[in-house]
Parts: sequence; C-alpha cells; structure tokens
Amino acid sequence: MKEITKEVYLNWYEEMSFWRKFEDKLAQVYIQQKVRGFLHLYNGQEAILAGALHAMDLTKDKMITAYRNHVQPIGMGEDPKRVMAELYGKKTGTSMGLGGSMHIFSKEHRFYGGHGIVGGQIPLGAGLAFGDKYFKRDAVTLTFFGDGAARQGSLHETFNMAMNWKLPVVFCVENNGYAMGTSVKRTANHEDIWKLGLGYEMPCGPVDAMNPVAVAEAFDEAIARARRGDGPTFLELKTYRYRGHSMSDAQKYRTKDEVAEYQKIDPITQVKDILLEKKFATEEELKEIDKRVKKRVAECEKFADESDFPDKEIMYDVVYEQEDYPFLAHKPE
Amino acid sequence: MKTIQFREAVCEAMSEEMRRDEAIYLMGEEVAEYNGAYKASKGMLDEFGADRVIDTPISELGFAGIAIGSAMNGNRPIVEYMTFNFSLVGIDQIINNAAKIRQMSGGQFNCPIVFRGPTASAGQLGATHSQAFESWFANTPGLKVIVPSNPADAKGLLKSAIRDDDPVIFMESEQMYGDKGEVPEGEYLIPIGVADIKREGTDVTIVSFGKIIKEAYTAADELEKEGISCEIIDLRTVRPLDIDAVIASVKKTNRLIILEEAWPFGNVSTEITYQVQEKAFDYLDAPIVKINTADTPAPYSPVLLKEWIPNSNDVVKAVKKVLYR
Repeated sequence: MKEITKEVYLNWYEEMSFWRKFEDKLAQVYIQQKVRGFLHLYNGQEAILAGALHAMDLTKDKMITAYRNHVQPIGMGEDPKRVMAELYGKKTGTSMGLGGSMHIFSKEHRFYGGHGIVGGQIPLGAGLAFGDKYFKRDAVTLTFFGDGAARQGSLHETFNMAMNWKLPVVFCVENNGYAMGTSVKRTANHEDIWKLGLGYEMPCGPVDAMNPVAVAEAFDEAIARARRGDGPTFLELKTYRYRGHSMSDAQKYRTKDEVAEYQKIDPITQVKDILLEKKFATEEELKEIDKRVKKRVAECEKFADESDFPDKEIMYDVVYEQEDYPFLAHKPE
Repeated sequence: MKTIQFREAVCEAMSEEMRRDEAIYLMGEEVAEYNGAYKASKGMLDEFGADRVIDTPISELGFAGIAIGSAMNGNRPIVEYMTFNFSLVGIDQIINNAAKIRQMSGGQFNCPIVFRGPTASAGQLGATHSQAFESWFANTPGLKVIVPSNPADAKGLLKSAIRDDDPVIFMESEQMYGDKGEVPEGEYLIPIGVADIKREGTDVTIVSFGKIIKEAYTAADELEKEGISCEIIDLRTVRPLDIDAVIASVKKTNRLIILEEAWPFGNVSTEITYQVQEKAFDYLDAPIVKINTADTPAPYSPVLLKEWIPNSNDVVKAVKKVLYR
C-alpha cells in the first residue's frame, strides 16, 4: 500500500473536514429551501471515502454508490461548486440541474452515480467492472451501497455472477446501523453483513470504518485482488451516520447517547489526534486548514447561489442521443 | 432475395453487427451452449466465443444491470430475455437505469443496449407466460420499442437497434421464429420509427404490429372477396410512434381499426386513438375500433384462450362495423 505519510494525514484532515462542512452547509441551505427534494448526508462516514481514495488508482479506477453521494465525486476530482450547484437545481450543476441530490455523476472523474433506487446500482457496478474486464483495461470498480441494500435481490444476483465471472469489483456495504429507521438487527436473522459473501465463496470481512487507515488497508488488499484477476471482495464497512437518514428524519429509532458514543471515535477527530500526536501539525496549523475549508465551502455556496437555472429546452435535449426524437406534446400549445 | 426463418434473421442481424463492432456482446439465459432457447443465436458461440456470447444464471435483474453498467463503460450489449414475461423481475433496471441514465447525468452517459426476446402469447401457456408489455415500455421516456412482424423487418430493424445509441426494447414472438420470409441479400438497415404499409387499400385502415398482424392479413383476404379494400399499416416501431403514416392513411380511408395483442386499458391502441381524434377528427366517418385481448389474465383452456385472443373474424366484424355494413 502507498505509505500513509504526513501529507496523506494532512490531506485527509482537510478533505474530510471539507466534506463534513460541505454537508453541514447543505443541511443549512436545505432549511432555507434553496435545496429541495430528499437530502441524505454523509456526516460520520468520511473515513470510508478517505481510505478508499488512498487505495485507488485515480487514473483508472471507478466508483459508484447510492443516493448518499455528494462528497464521493468531489473526492474523485469533481469540482465541488458544480456538485452544490446541482443540488440547487442550477444549469452549472453536474447534471445541469436534472439530477438533484440523489443523482450526482462525473464521467470525467469516473464517478458513475448517484443512484436513487436502493440496491439498483449494485449490478451496474459489476457491469462497469465487466466492461473493464472485457476491454482488458486493468481498472477496478468500487461499488458502494448501504446496509438496507444488502437485503435486495440485486445484491445476491450480482454477487453470484461477479464471483462466477471473476469481475474486477469491490463490493462495499457502508453499514451505518440503520436502513432509514430500521436497524440492521431488525432486517435479518444475522448482524454480520459481510458473511453474505461466504455463500458465494467471495473473500469478505468486516472493517473498522471509523478509521481511514483500516479502511485504506482493507481496500488496498481488495483492489489488488481484483486487479490481478482474482475477482471480487465484499467489505463490510462498519460506520455511523450522525444525521438522520434524510432531512425529514426525526431519529426516534436511536438515542442521543448512541450518537455521542460514535462521536467519541469520530473519523476526523481520529485523524486530528494522529496529526497532533505525531507532531505533523500544530493546533494553529489545523485552524488554518479549518479556515481554508470554510472559505472553500463559502465559494461553493456563492457559485450555486449566483448560477442560473436551466433553460426549459434542456429537459428534452438530454433524454435521447437521437437529436430529433419526436416527443409527444403534453399540454395544449 | 433469399428465404430464411425469423430466427435466422435475428441471428444474422446479431452476427453481422458483432463482426462489425467488437464492443457488442450477447448475454442471456441459454444463449450460448444451448444455442438460444428458440435457437435465435445458433452457431454464435462457435463463431464469437464465450467472451462475447455469454450464458447467464436465471437472474434477469442482475444480468440486465450488469449489461447496463457495461453499456455505460463502452460496451453495446444485446440482452436476450427468454421471454419478456421474465423481464418483469428485471424491469427496475430497464426503467430506472437504462432509460434514465442519460437524463439523470445531464447527458454525460448514454446506454446503447438492446433488450430482445419474445413478447405476448404463444399458445396455451397460461397467465404468466402470455403477456404483452409493449405499452408499458413505450410509456417510458428514454426507451425505444420495436415489434417486427416478419423476417425482413426483424433483420433490418434489429441491426438498426444494435447501432442505435439509445436503449431499445426489441420484441419478437415464439410463434414467429419459424416463419419464413424473403430477406434482401447483403447488408440493409430499416430505420427505427417508420411504419410500413403492408397492403394498400381504400375503404378502411387497419393498424397493427407484431405477430397478430397476420390476423389482419387473413381478414383482408376475406373482405376483398366482398369487395372491401383494407389498408394495413404495420407500425414496426411502437416508440417513437409513426403517427404521420396512420394519419395519412386515415385521411384516405376515413375509417380506423387498431389490432393489438394486449390488454385494452391504456395500451398502444388507446394512444393511437387519442392522437387520431386530435389530429384527424374531421376525417373520421366512424368511431375508431380497438381490437385487443380480453381484459383478463390469459386463460389456459383452448376454448377460453380462443375467446381471449383477437382473431381474423374479430377484424372482419370490426371492418363491417366501421363501414356500417
């Protein structure tokens, strides 16, 4: 694995903080009704993205996930201003305002969405890997989904074929404890989701996903396995989300104490502690980073605020590749 | 011209395109070693190998999604459903991913993929194996829906479908695979979205598509003996709908019958009826008549099935009704 140097820790601290503050900002502007629809935030799960990105080859590897998807494309290289603009429904957004919160895509940076149907992206991720194997591209696809999606048939059909065909894919369940308001223990007769891999003889195991180092190590091994042609791995990333499932979630299914327990092992705090402990940075230097993060988030907000809404014609322009598709009229002219 | 079976037309279309473009592969249940449940891919495993003619487990949702993912990543898959009845367990992937990925990504990704296989009834197979979902798929923006009725159309349209950069649903019939027909020698393409006048006539327009159109031919033969001239339009493509061809014919005959093997509520016939009254209201000399399957699940018993499915007698009766004879 690439060494986790001082620079890596500093980068983790800045990027994870940025993702956290970016999501906090979205919650704020959601209340101001600048962002509408559903809004699913990533707060608490940042170690997963940080660790994964460290292990990936960002010149060719791919990522796909569900609808908790704002910060992953940013991590892959997409301009966060465009992500925020997408949530505002602006023409400068990643999908020109057609996708919204749950449907962020970045073809340029190999981020394949952003998918709104629970578990629907699992076979797509295997399909991306199928394409890479077909064209002998030596790339690996990280396919993320939540603990709720682990109960979908799509997972089981895909695991079976991906293993049978030795596709270069890493399946990653981000187990944050709750499928919306239903705890993992209430959705199945077992709690160790990683054991689902055993039935397919797929290498699998749990990962402490509050710790980016543990995540990076697990992904490094899984990606190497996929890249050398030995097929998929299934990682259960044990994590926690601080906020509700979406903004409308009153969170009556858990206690404040439970949230506080996880905040004690907060992934950003863990990185910060290491930076200070190893004297990679001083408190003052970290405060400088915090300031920079705040400024970057403010720039995103300003960009999204000042961008224009899309022209109405765009609605028809993006459905088909065919340029003159004869759409039906939907109301009198 | 040469005479080949419908299944051979499908096989020729896929094979010719796969020779032309390495990105194309065929995936589905029994497509490789078994040569296709209906032998529509006979010989293709031998020619193209197991990397491009791929047997799947019985996982219609999973392999639809894998194919769509690969289409987002440079492939141009052909997915065979043993029948479209089985597409229902995979329909989420078709509707929510194949049809929408371009729109949701603001045009960043497209999905050049063909889902093909037989549609509608095929004898006494009972309720789950006798369904026609053309109107379901055709209701969905992002998809194109093709339903050919003979080998020549099947070949030319399937080649166009495979070359199309949007997702295409291509619907065949178990009861047509053995049909023989003349097919042009050499390469040819038939454009998507263009209807074909299969018979010219002057007294009444009959619009249909897929295998059931044969009932219209039989009816037209019979009616001709009585001096009634039927114009038969084969839609060939259901989405986009070539409504201009229908309107032009209605303006000539002033009478319209639509023959479609599908449940009657909100089907393709319903849409045509709406558009014709909107665009050619003053040209109609009689109310439009729809001929569909019964508004029930398909029954098994031969007596009931005969009553359930439209036949040439229904067409004859409908023609006489709109002609007030």
